[in-house]
Amino acid sequence: MYRYDAIDRAVLADRTAEFRDQVRRRLAGELTEDQFKPLRLMNGLYLQLHAYMLRVAVPYGSLSPVQMRALADIARRFDRGYGHFTTRTNIQFNWVKLADAPDILDALAAVDLHAIQTSGNCIRNVTADPYAGAAADELEDPRVWCEAIRQWSSLHPEFSFLPRKFKIAVTASPHDRTAAKVHDIGLLLRRGRDGETGFEVIVGGGMGRTPYVGPTIRAYLPSNRLFSYLEAILRVYNRHGRRDNAYKARIKILVAALGAEAFAREVEAEWEKIGPEGDVPAAEIERIRDAFTTPDFSSDPSTGDFEARRAAEPAFARFVRNNVKAHIRPGYGIVDISLKGIGETPGDMSADQMDLVADLAERFGQGDIRSTHEQNLVLPHVRLEHVHEVWKALDAAGLATPNINLISDIIACPGLDYCALANARAICVAQDIARRFEAPDRAEAIGEFKIKISGCINACGHHHVGHIGILGVDKKGEEFYQLTLGGSGAEDAAVGKMLGPALPIDRVTDAVEAIVDAYLRERREGERFLDTLRRTGDAPFKEAVYAEAH
Amino acid sequence: MPKLIRASGAAFRDEEDAFVTIEDDAPDPGGDIIVSLARYLAGSESLMARPSGRLGVRLEPEDEVETLEGRLSGVDLVALAFPKFRDGRPFTAARLLRTRLGFSGEIRAVGDVLRDQAGFMVRCGFDAFVPADGSTAAIWAEAAGRHSHVYQRAADARAPAFVERQGE
Repeated sequence: MYRYDAIDRAVLADRTAEFRDQVRRRLAGELTEDQFKPLRLMNGLYLQLHAYMLRVAVPYGSLSPVQMRALADIARRFDRGYGHFTTRTNIQFNWVKLADAPDILDALAAVDLHAIQTSGNCIRNVTADPYAGAAADELEDPRVWCEAIRQWSSLHPEFSFLPRKFKIAVTASPHDRTAAKVHDIGLLLRRGRDGETGFEVIVGGGMGRTPYVGPTIRAYLPSNRLFSYLEAILRVYNRHGRRDNAYKARIKILVAALGAEAFAREVEAEWEKIGPEGDVPAAEIERIRDAFTTPDFSSDPSTGDFEARRAAEPAFARFVRNNVKAHIRPGYGIVDISLKGIGETPGDMSADQMDLVADLAERFGQGDIRSTHEQNLVLPHVRLEHVHEVWKALDAAGLATPNINLISDIIACPGLDYCALANARAICVAQDIARRFEAPDRAEAIGEFKIKISGCINACGHHHVGHIGILGVDKKGEEFYQLTLGGSGAEDAAVGKMLGPALPIDRVTDAVEAIVDAYLRERREGERFLDTLRRTGDAPFKEAVYAEAH
Repeated sequence: MPKLIRASGAAFRDEEDAFVTIEDDAPDPGGDIIVSLARYLAGSESLMARPSGRLGVRLEPEDEVETLEGRLSGVDLVALAFPKFRDGRPFTAARLLRTRLGFSGEIRAVGDVLRDQAGFMVRCGFDAFVPADGSTAAIWAEAAGRHSHVYQRAADARAPAFVERQGE
């Protein structure tokens, strides 16, 4: 965890005081809703179908136990006893009163949390690899850069009123767990020929109405020049991004219109003019690196009775197979906590569950908790000898569903149950599919399978990069769902292709099952669904879904 | 006369505005005037040769600030228009005017100018403001001075956090 200093705390306190004054002016009638809207949005406060929603930033998906308990406390005091983890690794409270918002922000600031730039046309929360600092395949901890970006982008005087929102992802592993290629900027940490680190810079990926896998505009940027380069990209975008149509305002549209090469030339020309003056000094990067707590790792490689229990307890063995990943250190594992209990709302978590995870992180997890863009949590540093105890505790709280990356590990946006933009519900579709594939042996036999559901074309549920994407559309007042196949948000990023006509809500789960059955018939040894689909094309799946309809 | 707030060092004061913004086809009324970029580019020599009165140029967000490169010597004021509060282009224009074009005259924010952007405007190099929300200099000063620390360099002289920390 990055430890805030007095300056970081003062920035939060000042911002909270500013927002308290803005809320006061709104409640006193000094501000109209029109004038207040951009101000509240810059602090993560949305007006939804039934109530205000407050989106709290979880910077690069990193939380301490103290912070998690504060979120639980807010859920109890100001919401209905739960919160919702989002595809941006943030947490949303869906039932907030406007008059309470300043007090909630004070409660957050007391534990170094905030809602700054979780909304609005500004630089949003940075996405990091949720396994950062723990992944066996990692080059360097990307969170140092994420924290430096957080600071640089916070209340940026020039880039707080961009044409549209702006999202940056940083990853340092060959296996991309951040969906970097569908971010406005994706930064892939690389080792240069000189042994130094740098970034491959990807710009202009995105989802929404017009999905793009972002092109690489620079194969290698020395890491000490990162901030001048970001400034150059943002400046070109701020000046030239479209502002006439909100749906064409993301940087992906500018990059596509100019072409990646021409866009890159503009950025490089601007970068030349900025020069090293725009960079954050190496000493500050080192200060940030040192301000991260170092886990107190034991060099003892022993794993206690971990292997014996795996052999003896099939349910534990299943949990380990699906929810425990290789750690960079012997004797440790990365434990995934699924927020996709069968029949539950993806990403929802009760206050009691939050407290439990905080306790487990404190006792067994080096005080480190991560949230993932797939709406799950991670305890990145658990000794293998403790995994059984952690599993037992999680299981008792309904948090041990062994389905990470399996078919019931579904991303879904809040959809029409909450969101004013939605055309259709998403949560109940996810719940129905998860119930159909509840049997764990069958789910494991199907293997890696990513279903992502959005209740409208804004694609908050990332349907474009789902192996099966499901998009809710409105047809004359009825909810219909369009299926896409072959999307991926990983290092092999791709935008899914539409399978055929949209289906009514009661046919969606049948269609998913038909696709799964076709895959099980077609697949060759070792193939994931995506591999089979890429080999066969979508004909067998189209046939399976639409032939059965008649 | 429209109200104007002017930065003076770290303080702000209310002023009467001596400048008149004139349309492209309107005759020159004399005195202090603000003209569009197009009018300035078309007639900069005659505008420079005016016997008295100061000259301002108004840029819309889509106008490229670099057009003024090398043509700022007789210009006392550049007005940057915010047609909407949400249009962030004038922030870049102001910053480049100060840091890249070296303009030391007045940079004025006009249009949908609200106190909630005061701090950002000051940091980007604006030093005069025609508020659209009835703000006074006192309100402006409070809004602009809200944050005791900043994280990044801009067009002002404030030390970012990484410089402050070096001094610790």
